[in-house]
Amino acid sequence: MSQDPEIVFRTEGLTKTYQTGDVQVHALAGVDLTLYAAELTVLLGQSGSGKSTLLNILGGLDHPSKGRFWFKDRELTEASDRALTRYRRDHVGFVFQFYNLVPSLTARENVQLVTDVARAPMTPAEALDLVGLSHRMDHFPAQMSGGEQQRVAIARAIAKRPEVLLCDEPTGALDSKTGTQVLDTLRHVNEAFGTSTVVITHNAAIQGMAHRVIRLADGQIESVRVNDTRLAPADIVW
Amino acid sequence: MHALDRKLLRDFKRLWVQGLAIALVLAAGIAVILMSVGMSRALDDTRAAYYDTNRFAHVFASARRAPLSILPDLRAIEGVAQIEAQVRAYAVLDIPGRAKPATGLLISRPEGEAVLNIPLLRSGHWPETNSEVVVNRPFFDANGFALGDELSVNLNGRKRSLTISGTALSPEFVYTIGPGALMPQNETFGILWLTAEVMDASYGMSGAFNTLGLALLPRTSVAPVKAQVKAVLDPYGATTPQDRSGQQSNAFLDAEITQLRVLAYVLPPVFLLITVFLVSMVMSRIVQLERSEIGLMKAIGYTNLEIALHYLMLAGLIAALGVGIGWLAGSWLALAMARLYAQYFDFPFLVFGVPLSVYAWSAGIGVATTSLGALRAAFAAARLAPAVAMAPPAPPRFQTNLGDRAMAALHLSQPSRMILRALLRWPLRAGMTLLGMALAVAVLVASNFFPDAMEEIIDSAFYQSNRQDMLLLFDPSAPVSAVEDVRRLPGVMQVEPQQYYSARLINGPYEKLVPISSVSASADLARVVDGTGQAIAPDPSGVLLSDRLASALHVTVGDSITVSFESGLRETHQVPVTGVVTQFFGLGAYMDETALNRMFRQSPRLTNVNLTLADPGAAEEFESQIKDFPRLVATINMTENRQSFLDTLSQNILVVTTIYGILGTIITVGVAYNATRVQLSERARELASLRILGFSKGEVAYILAGEVLLLALIAQPVGWALGAGVASLMTSGFSSDLYAIPLVLEPGTFARASLIVLGAATVSVALVARRLNNLDLIAVMKTRE
Ligand SMILES: Nc1ncnc2c1ncn2[C@@H]1O[C@H](COP(=O)(O)OP(=O)(O)OP(=O)(O)O)[C@@H](O)[C@H]1O
Ligand SMILES: [Mg+2]
Repeated sequence: MSQDPEIVFRTEGLTKTYQTGDVQVHALAGVDLTLYAAELTVLLGQSGSGKSTLLNILGGLDHPSKGRFWFKDRELTEASDRALTRYRRDHVGFVFQFYNLVPSLTARENVQLVTDVARAPMTPAEALDLVGLSHRMDHFPAQMSGGEQQRVAIARAIAKRPEVLLCDEPTGALDSKTGTQVLDTLRHVNEAFGTSTVVITHNAAIQGMAHRVIRLADGQIESVRVNDTRLAPADIVW
Repeated sequence: MHALDRKLLRDFKRLWVQGLAIALVLAAGIAVILMSVGMSRALDDTRAAYYDTNRFAHVFASARRAPLSILPDLRAIEGVAQIEAQVRAYAVLDIPGRAKPATGLLISRPEGEAVLNIPLLRSGHWPETNSEVVVNRPFFDANGFALGDELSVNLNGRKRSLTISGTALSPEFVYTIGPGALMPQNETFGILWLTAEVMDASYGMSGAFNTLGLALLPRTSVAPVKAQVKAVLDPYGATTPQDRSGQQSNAFLDAEITQLRVLAYVLPPVFLLITVFLVSMVMSRIVQLERSEIGLMKAIGYTNLEIALHYLMLAGLIAALGVGIGWLAGSWLALAMARLYAQYFDFPFLVFGVPLSVYAWSAGIGVATTSLGALRAAFAAARLAPAVAMAPPAPPRFQTNLGDRAMAALHLSQPSRMILRALLRWPLRAGMTLLGMALAVAVLVASNFFPDAMEEIIDSAFYQSNRQDMLLLFDPSAPVSAVEDVRRLPGVMQVEPQQYYSARLINGPYEKLVPISSVSASADLARVVDGTGQAIAPDPSGVLLSDRLASALHVTVGDSITVSFESGLRETHQVPVTGVVTQFFGLGAYMDETALNRMFRQSPRLTNVNLTLADPGAAEEFESQIKDFPRLVATINMTENRQSFLDTLSQNILVVTTIYGILGTIITVGVAYNATRVQLSERARELASLRILGFSKGEVAYILAGEVLLLALIAQPVGWALGAGVASLMTSGFSSDLYAIPLVLEPGTFARASLIVLGAATVSVALVARRLNNLDLIAVMKTRE
């Protein structure tokens, strides 16, 4: 008996409007979307199309202006700040374009920042080992390359064994070779732990490695495509 | 250790210079609290313990000669617990091997135990025979006596040699000051305890007493007791009974405690206020810089409370450092104070240390102060929406406004415009920076005016009003011809007789017990001098009052007051106030000599003689002869008085101005350094861009330093005004019946204060500007704000 794949995120008419002076910007203009467990989803779209806004709302960093959304069976639309903090702490891992490591903490301590507050985390050493940085554990961010820093950020995001991993342009600040390493790491985590992963990118070439490719335009979903075969990051042409 | 705590410690390590600069300001506040509040409590507690164990009386009375038979009546007064009657008298002492005369207060020692004002024997034994005497310890030490030494006492005209059998201290003489003296002179003034038998015989006091101490039951109100005591004693030539506030030694202790308390109210708030501002400025900047880290922590799932606490704790570390340094400095200051007190106050035990509770709550104040400063920043961190925190901050909105048009009209250079624009952009911060440095100036003005004030006091009290080398106090029975006898003594140049009367001045509900002195038209040695240095003679029709006495009585020129004399004929007269004169010591009242004699319907008299000596060489000869002068009660060497006052003062003033100089510098460095560091942090990119565009290091340094230095300049006049205000507040707070400190503000005071503050500000700013040399242009441009 075949089972429907489990749903992680579902949105209904998700809208986000920014008011700057007299101008209203519709960052999201009614997004209906379903994302499935254990999938690696790539979010594409032009600059300003609303990718970050969508990801931030799904991650509980921001509130929608209108519409509803669910994480699994839980509706988060009206969730309080406190509930969202709890949700982030327990379920979500983030990776950002500029790594956002705390400069005064070593790689291990940056990961520890998460393991200190998570429910059933791995050790910082385990997490760093997973991203291939066991030898860099006691280095400060300033002593590491951009790619290494981003892998520390990934280690930090996965250390709590999150159910979802949300990555906003994780390769945006990296050259293609390091970018490939980082993507490899993400895919490895996705496959090894079945972590549902959403990756925002400007690089259309990355879509080859995804299960699902969603394209945003002007705050709306332009297309959704499901890949039957996925490329290895090394085979992606940048 | 949690990663967040580790971040805290590393952040603090990185910011330690700034943290220290703030902590020092806080430490200064804590240290002053410890010293002023701590020592006032210590002094109060020490005194209370001493008074309690040695049963210091609550009411002090005296009469010319009252029979012991009225003691039961006195004891029967409601609320009176215990009484002790004694015979007391002043007498001239002759110390063998020493030319200088000394004065002693003789006290009869009753048989059996003393019940009130119990003197504490420090060595030897109480007089067992009529030729033994116990002297107060400071007098004993200052004269280098040994037990068994002899000294002669002029006992009511009969010189008698006594053997020192012991030393003692008494709660009545914690601050031991002789008649007419300005400060303790232990070498020439002593307290002597003799047997009651000797005193009774010498002063014709058998079956009688002239001094009375009364202890009251708890919760007894003093005024009715004083009135009843006065009523019982009145037929026997009573003076108005005094409570503790009128007891001289106790009043000096009160004045010292008051001074410490005034200090506690005036100074620490300044330091705490500046600490709040500095913490607020620096923490706001840190939170701004760490926006993305805050966003990240929120994304990870740290709660708002955890994040706010993280920043409050950073401020807490500053508090810990400040409190630690403050405790050390404060303990040291308190110790120095305690040493000073040991020198001036004669307690039988060490003055207590700062109570532990003061340490505890000063730490509480420290933490509360930095928390208050960090609150805004911590709130901002907590409130920062996570999504917004991750995005770079919007550049501050500059607007063209009136200021810009003014700047354009003035043809200011671009760098100058940048400075002014930044000032206008953050008016609150600029205002607080300015206020901080103004307060530094104010602290310096308010402390540096003391030497000038003292100079004024000395000039007025010593060189204008009281120009005599020596003051001789006589028994009231002394004939007026004594002046001529004094004049004939060797070395005497000028001699002027004078009369002192103790009198109660009454205006309705207000009254004061003061000495009224006669002033003759030709007086040259003891004069009354007004603010401009002009000698003024009291109008023959009335009484001339010192300003503090006039205000205590709520009278002005033209009002009439009741003068109830307590010595001489003990008459009561209604007298108009004909003048008010500024004076710094005591509560003086003056009447024209001829008018006084006419009022008393008496021929000329004297109670004291002022004199000058030809030259220092003559003093010895004079002094050796004056000791045996008939009816002489006490001698006061005014030249020595002046000298010891000046010596003490010059010592203390150096210490005080140094300490305040340090405090002013700490404030300035704290404000200027931090303000410039925050500037550098905010404008590093901007300044680097300017360097890339071709601006020179000097021009860039000018932009960085300009704002703070401009504020420092504007702060000067503000600080002068504030300082004058604080100084006037302190002088009125310090003023008591014993003395007042005039408000003397010389241009030099303001100049010195400004010099220190501008110097410290320039050095602080230069320290930060040096960092511009290491500004890595490329790195700065690359980093994301
Ligand atoms: N805080 C904000 N205030 C006003 N407008 C905003 C704010 N954040 C985003 N926007 C606007 O919302 C729209 C969508 O922004 P978003 O950051 O989601 O785009 P994006 O697809 O992530 O773009 P990029 O690829 O450049 O990161 C943009 O037009 C942006 O200007
Ligand atoms: Mg984006």
